[in-house]
Amino acid sequence: MNIKILGPGCSNCRVLFQNTQEALKSLEMSADLEKVEDYAQMMSYGILGTPGLVIDEVLVSSGRVNTVKEISDLLQKK
Amino acid sequence: MLEQLTDWLVFNVFGFEADLAFAGVLHFFIYEAVKIGLLLLLVTHLMGAINLFFPIEKVRKLISSGKLRGFEYPAASLFGAVTPFCSCSSIPLFIGFLQGGIPIGVTFSFLITSPLVNEIALALFLAAFGVKVTLIYAFSGILLGTVLGWTLGRFDLERHLESWVRDLAKNKASDSLQSAMSMRDRVLHVSRDAMSIIKTIAPYVLAGVAIGAAIHGYVPTGYFEAYMGEGAGIWSVPLSVLIAVPMYANASAVIPIMQALVVKGIPLGTAIAFMMAVVGLSLPEALMLKKVMNVKLLSAYFGLVAGSIIILGYLFNSIF
Repeated sequence: MNIKILGPGCSNCRVLFQNTQEALKSLEMSADLEKVEDYAQMMSYGILGTPGLVIDEVLVSSGRVNTVKEISDLLQKK
Repeated sequence: MLEQLTDWLVFNVFGFEADLAFAGVLHFFIYEAVKIGLLLLLVTHLMGAINLFFPIEKVRKLISSGKLRGFEYPAASLFGAVTPFCSCSSIPLFIGFLQGGIPIGVTFSFLITSPLVNEIALALFLAAFGVKVTLIYAFSGILLGTVLGWTLGRFDLERHLESWVRDLAKNKASDSLQSAMSMRDRVLHVSRDAMSIIKTIAPYVLAGVAIGAAIHGYVPTGYFEAYMGEGAGIWSVPLSVLIAVPMYANASAVIPIMQALVVKGIPLGTAIAFMMAVVGLSLPEALMLKKVMNVKLLSAYFGLVAGSIIILGYLFNSIF
């Protein structure tokens, strides 16, 4: 599984990154977690607000910081 | 009722003498903090609920659809008001709107109003100055976004964008967001997001109310009228706008402080201009937008907003 956090490095993006790490840990899942800070790459997912959460190349959330529980739910649906 | 409750708490429970300056400070602090807290709860939930029906993806679709027949500017400005603002989102939003075929001027309408009129500013304005002033503030903000976006839109702005932005803007917008959430989940988000907004700004608001309370208790009424009366008042508007620009991070603290200052004789128009400049002319946003446009366009944008805020300040000073 590949997870990307889209955002220029503001506090919201950092919190989302941490929440995603925590969600992975609580589910005992492993995934490639990466930050995307390049705007051109970010825009290729069609976001209009940061932070964005991409799971396996699908944008599942944008413009809000998801809680650990929300991310866990999204990960389990995959 | 809140007034009586605070009276009872300060004078009966804590046992302060009513004529003690500190009792007044404490009374002001408790009363204002509780009032702001309640209004923040109300307004953040209300705006969150409105936003539920106008997610940004839908707004882009509506504005670019051509159905608005010339009302794109006021619509973009209005949607900017109900969309929560975050300076880190400015660039994706800017490029995303261009990709959706929305003119740059219309995008500016959105970008000008979004930080100016938001749930935090509205709640704090309601607490500090009441319904009438808040409505005037919100209406002026939306009008400002409409008029300035339209004005900027009269010029050929595309050549002032950085080349990588122009290249990206050629790509067609795609609706790639997979809404994995049910309506029930999204309704639950409203409250969760509202609480997280309140939690983030709470320390700033409380600090602002504390400073406001101290001013309320220890600065004599009419103190500032001596300095900002007829003569000096002329310069107070542009000066306050200038001071406001680097204060973005403390916007939540500034409004409660201004409330106390208005009571002590700062003209309301000057205070409104100051607060509009604090939230609307944000330095972090300028630094972000610098990446997508050249200095010329950025200065035109900031200059126009600053100039209009100054004019509004004078206007309000002459009305109130």
